[in-house]
Order: sequence, then C-alpha cells, then structure tokens
Amino acid sequence: MNSIWTIARKELSDSFRNRWLVAISLVFATLALGIAWFGAAASGQVGYGSTPATIASLASLGIFLIPLIALLLAYDAIVGEEEGGTLLLLMTYPLSKSQLLLGKFLGHGLTLALATLIGFGVAGIAIAVLVDGVAVGALAIAMGRFIGSTILLGWGFIALAYLVSVRVSEKPIAAGMALAIWFFFVLIFDLVLLGALVASEGKLNPELLPWLLMLNPTDIYRLLNIVAFGDSTQLSGVLSLGSDLPIGTGGLWLGLGLWCAIPLTGALLLFRNRKI
Amino acid sequence: MNCFQLENVSHRYDKTTVLRGIDLRLNPGEILGLFGHNGAGKTTSIKLILGLMKPSEGKVTVLGGEAGDPHVSQHIGYLPENVMFYPQLTGREILSHFARLKGAPLSQVPKLLEQVGLGDAMNARTKTYSKGMRQRLGLAQALLGKPRLLMLDEPTVGLDPVATADLYRLLRDLRDEGTGIVLCSHVLPGVEPYIDRAAILTGGSLKAAGDLPSLRRQANMPVTLTVKPAGNILGLEKVIDQAKQSTGLMMKNVHGTLQVDVRTSDKMALIETLLQSGEVADLGIHQPSLEDIYVHFIGSGGLAHRGGSQ
Ligand SMILES: Nc1ncnc2c1ncn2[C@@H]1O[C@H](COP(=O)(O)OP(=O)(O)O)[C@@H](O)[C@H]1O
Ligand SMILES: [Mg+2]
Repeated sequence: MNSIWTIARKELSDSFRNRWLVAISLVFATLALGIAWFGAAASGQVGYGSTPATIASLASLGIFLIPLIALLLAYDAIVGEEEGGTLLLLMTYPLSKSQLLLGKFLGHGLTLALATLIGFGVAGIAIAVLVDGVAVGALAIAMGRFIGSTILLGWGFIALAYLVSVRVSEKPIAAGMALAIWFFFVLIFDLVLLGALVASEGKLNPELLPWLLMLNPTDIYRLLNIVAFGDSTQLSGVLSLGSDLPIGTGGLWLGLGLWCAIPLTGALLLFRNRKI
Repeated sequence: MNCFQLENVSHRYDKTTVLRGIDLRLNPGEILGLFGHNGAGKTTSIKLILGLMKPSEGKVTVLGGEAGDPHVSQHIGYLPENVMFYPQLTGREILSHFARLKGAPLSQVPKLLEQVGLGDAMNARTKTYSKGMRQRLGLAQALLGKPRLLMLDEPTVGLDPVATADLYRLLRDLRDEGTGIVLCSHVLPGVEPYIDRAAILTGGSLKAAGDLPSLRRQANMPVTLTVKPAGNILGLEKVIDQAKQSTGLMMKNVHGTLQVDVRTSDKMALIETLLQSGEVADLGIHQPSLEDIYVHFIGSGGLAHRGGSQ
C-alpha cells in the first residue's frame, strides 16, 4: 500500500509541477461558466437557462474534453517510464508491476478528480451565488451527479490509456493509439450505431439495441446526466435509444464503473505478462 | 549466507543462448569483478540476480531467498548500465522518491548526495546533470537503505580517473562493513587493487573465476624477469642460454637489460641459477596483471567480440 501511494504522490506532484492540474481546473471552470451563461444564446436569450439544460450541454461538451484529457494524462504512464529508462530500475525495487500501475492510476485518477471537482465545483458555486432564484438544492444534486460521473468517465479513459501504455514500446505509437481510442468512442461509435439503425430498417432486435449504448462509456455518461432529470424527451440522436433501456440510473452508474474496472483489470493482466 | 549463488545457470533470449552453465557465487564482505567484452552476458547475469527475469535453466539464490522476492530486493542496491532519471525532478527529489520506495529513512538522502559529491547540485533538475553526475546519483540511489548486496553495472563509464578512484575507495569501505559487491565492467585499468575476486566472462561462458593468484594459476602464463647484467651482457646471456636447456623460456634484449619470460613452475630454479652465476646486478619479477590474464582468457577472439554490440 505504501509503495502504491509513493508512486501516486509522485504523479500528483508532477501534475502540480507541470501546471496540468491548474490548467485543467481553469479550463473546466471557464467552460462551465460560459455554457451556463451563454448556452441558451442559441434560443435567443442570454443568462442562465435551466439546470437540466446546462448540465446536458456540459455533458455534451464533457464527452469531447474529458476522454481527451484523461488519455493525454495517462498514455505514457508505463511506456514513458520505459523510454525514460526508469522502468527497469523501478522493477528492481520492492514494488510489483501491479503496485506500480495501481499507483499510477491513483495518482492520475486523483489529478483528474481534483481538477474536475475544483473546476466544476467553482462553476457550480458561482451559479448558486450569482443566479437569482436558482433552486440551490436541485443544482447541488445535479452538479454532484455531473462531477461524479465526469470523474468516473475520466477514470475509464485513464484505464483505457493504460491498456495501450503497457503494450507498446514507443511513446509516439502510444499517443497515436490513445487518439484512435478517443476518435472511436467520441466520434465513430455513435455514427456507426446510427448507420446500423438506419440500414437495418427496424430488423434489428429492438430489445437488444439500447444495450449497444452501454458499449460506449461516453453514451452512458450522457444518458446519466440527461435521464436523471426524468425527462427522456431531451434525448436526441442515438441517445434516444436510451429511453428504452430497462435499467435506471443505478444501472448506468454501474456501467460507468465497469468501464473503469474492466480496462484497469485488463491493463494489470497485460502488464504482468510483459517482459521488462 | 551467500550474497548470491548461480548454479549451472543458462539463459536464452528467444533462441539465442547468451549464458551457458554459469556457476558463480559472492560472499558478504567481498568485491567481485565481473569482466567481459560487450555482449559477453554481464548485464544478463545481473538481471537474473535481480529477478528481472528467470533463467532458462539452473538455479539463482539471492541472500538466502528467491531472486525478485520483495523481501530480497529490499536489501539489494543496483546501479543500472546507463542510468537515467526523471529530467524534470531535482537530484534530491528523485533520491527521496526512491528512498520511499525502498523504505529507507529520508534522512539518508542528503547524506548520500554529499557522499557521492552531489551536495551542491542536489537541488538542480537532473536534466542539467552531466553523464558523470547522473552516474553519481545512480550510485547514491543504489546505496539507499544500506544494501547487503550491491551490484554496479559499468559504474565507471562517464567518471573521470579521480572520481573512479573515489568510487573504488568507497566500495572498499562498504566491503569492509560487510557488503557483498559485484562490479561489472569492460574497463579493467585501475581496478585490480580493489577487487577480491574476478570472474571473466566471454560469449556467455565463464572462462575463469577466483582471486588473482588463483587466476594466475588457471592462466598458467609466464612470469617476466628483468635482469640487469653485472658485467658483460654476453656472459649473462650465456648463463640464461644454458638454463634454457632445462627450462622453457624466452629471452630478449631491451636496451641492455634482458627480459626473460619463464614458466611459473621454473621461475625459482632460474632465479637461483642467475644469482649463483654472479652475472646479475639487479633482478625484477613481473607477475601477469589482471589485464594480462583477461587478454589471455579472452584470446584473439576478444578483439572481434569487442568490436561487437555496445
Ligand atoms: N532483451 C534482449 N533481447 C535479446 N537479446 C538480448 C537482450 N539483451 C541482451 N541481449 C543479447 O545478449 C547478449 C548479452 O548481453 P549483455 O548481457 O547485455 O552483455 P554485456 O552486459 O556483457 O555487454 C548480447 O549478445 C545481447 O545482444
Ligand atoms: Mg552490459
């Protein structure tokens, strides 16, 4: 446990040192406030719209940003140590490969969680203080759910980045593969799903279809932040499939959790079998 | 308890065999020099002792336990060949990180940095360090937690002669406190006085191992006598020519002094003859040095090997 924490605290202090933490927090806070005030501009009004609409816009933006940041933060976790020549040395210490990877996960995970909490937390507080007549209780719950699911989504992509980082032996390759992961889940997946829907002309099993959304953590994340307000008419595009999902928000949380646990377990197993 | 013991160890990377039937052991309070050309298998041997990989055949015991066991690695210090560190961190931050991983007290950190001569540079980022400074930081790292087994892979690369001598003296002090030390190198000059035993590795096989006298016996190389004539050099040459009948030797005249290569077993008899002849003003005896022995064992193939992988 001690060695896991030693690895984690180095990652944490690295992200303080290279200003990652501050930069991400600032980006999150700025975006959140911008969306809160100008998100409704499209419909002709300036100023705070509604809490559900704000959260839905934030989640739509989150699916682009969070996976990208998580992948960038984590893609060189192992391959970077290897290229830097420190992996071999670390492995001669009383430290197992699993402890090293779990320490990295703890460090990267805490970095992302802190930035999310600070960035969106500040934005939430600003909304509560500055917007007249906003229901603070409902805002707190919605923001809490949004921040929690954002952190889980980020952790999932950190774990996905590790799957790459423990396998490849060169950093640029790892970076390329991390971008491909982002591309796939954020841009390609929904298009393919939509295409399949249209092409199948309803021949696909309608009970099976909504479950396909669970194969993409960014879809689970968006569903979670929209469905939780109890108004599934807000779901658009492929997400509308989600209104037929026979699971509640609990199931969606579980889905996001599995998207952390399964890739992380996979990365641990792959790393253990890797030759140093 | 042995610091480590290799019993009939062989190792293959994929299909290439790089170690063949190695038997080698290190006792506490002993410095073992592991010598061989590039690609001889020194680093591979060390990695097996560290437990970074398992030997294809044979048995590796380290500090009475299994190589790679966390309880064993706790007591091993290792300086890798070409050591590298996190460039953005200072020497002190890096050493503290490794101290935490090893469970060594943080109070050791500044002391060790002073000891290796990085006292003034400890708060500079290591990307500003020279190769020699990185090597010193690597050494400080290896000394964390007072290891019982210390393994240094090419530690003198990047060190100037003064720093090299400092390193050897430091190792001798540690040896005297009971640490078992392996010093891996393809650079021999200057190391001879500091090691207790040497092992010579070539092409993955152990050619010889032991202390210097034992290596000399194993090599069975001639001893060189330098003989200065008391009077006429021809008289001396005649004496030696006569001795040649009964003993194998080689003689050459170097600026009026005779150099005689004689088998170790014939050395005493020849000296006696020379002294009794009354033709000798002065006599010097030169035992083969570690470098001579190394060249002897590596043979002419050594050059070809040395041209190989770096
Ligand atoms: N990871 C590896 N995969 C394949 N061959 C290797 C590997 N590491 C070393 N070798 C080969 O094993 C031989 C011994 O290497 P090494 O133990 O590093 O020698 P030394 O340290 O004496 O220079 C060399 O021929 C080298 O090319
Ligand atoms: Mg080597």
